[in-house]
Amino acid sequence: MIYLNLFITFFKIGLFGFGGGYGMLSLIQHETVERAHWLSTAEFTDIVAISQMTPGPIGINSATYCGYTAIHNAGHGQLMSVLGSATATFALVLPSLILMILISRMFMKYMNTRPVRSVFAGLRPAVVGLLAAATLLLCNAENFSTPAMNPWQFWISVALFAATAFGTGYLKINPIRMICYAAFAGLLLLY
Amino acid sequence: MKSEVNIYWDLFRTFFKIGIFTLGGGYAMIPLIEEEVVNRHRWVSKEEMLDLIAIAQSCPGVFAINIAIFIGYKLHKTQGAIATAFGTALPSFLIILAIAIFFAAFKDNPVIAAIFRGIRPAVVALIAVPTFRMAQSAKIGWTNCWIPIVSAIAIWLLGVSPIYIILIAGLGGYLYGMYIKPTES
Repeated sequence: MIYLNLFITFFKIGLFGFGGGYGMLSLIQHETVERAHWLSTAEFTDIVAISQMTPGPIGINSATYCGYTAIHNAGHGQLMSVLGSATATFALVLPSLILMILISRMFMKYMNTRPVRSVFAGLRPAVVGLLAAATLLLCNAENFSTPAMNPWQFWISVALFAATAFGTGYLKINPIRMICYAAFAGLLLLY
Repeated sequence: MKSEVNIYWDLFRTFFKIGIFTLGGGYAMIPLIEEEVVNRHRWVSKEEMLDLIAIAQSCPGVFAINIAIFIGYKLHKTQGAIATAFGTALPSFLIILAIAIFFAAFKDNPVIAAIFRGIRPAVVALIAVPTFRMAQSAKIGWTNCWIPIVSAIAIWLLGVSPIYIILIAGLGGYLYGMYIKPTES
């Protein structure tokens, strides 16, 4: 049953995942964390981190990882979890396969018409909102701790957030390098 | 028959290589895809490639997978598309699986836990930064900034599914562009 749920969920994510990997994260998070409770926010954040540091598209990486973790958290063994990651990845790719083939076969000529352009014009600003929502939802106690619970960890976390935003946004430091710096800071300051 | 198999193998191998050698997500893949598909194999022309990128970007789904499917389908119909999609996804799948199995055993280790306490806030920032970059490329200004703000608040505070936001935004864009202020085509 969980496999069917996993399939339907990632098929939906593949079908409505506009705006590339990052836009998709908002959907993955809503579906797997908020709705299905397959993973915690902290686990989701770890998955995003690992997806970013490893080769390949972030969408595929995180679907594979989410599928594995969802089944693993449900108390199943390793082989079942591998099957979970295969289900999620396949379900994520399937809508693309159907849509791209349909477009190649019949709708290529409609891609530049007014109705289609209008729809995309409406989607673009909304995808920005999706990305903002993903950020806001991840700004919680699981990722940052709280001033009451652990003030030291909270302020270190805020500093790491600010440093990473500044480093990648203004200084154009490579995000993977930035994650490595943060990992080192975590080991040094939050052990 | 042999050459037929060789063509699928070629498609698979090329996109496997593209999948394994790109770090940092879909857009980082564009130069590598161009190098392999346009310059080396000459499967599509440079102009066609630009069109494909534009369509793959606006469609839902994983960008690199969309491009792979387009090119695979163009060359060898559905079987070609399956070969390229499979090739692009397989390296990710195998690498992540190896890490997931390894990480499940080590995530309670205090050293690993401390490292991830440092990484998590950084990752949130890595998602925050492209929000602003995307706002620029989507030409968000004073007149349309309410759209991302309302969408974000609906998802964040009211728990509305992003799928509804996508559906409403698409419908809204259609009605606006068709009946209120015509979108240039």
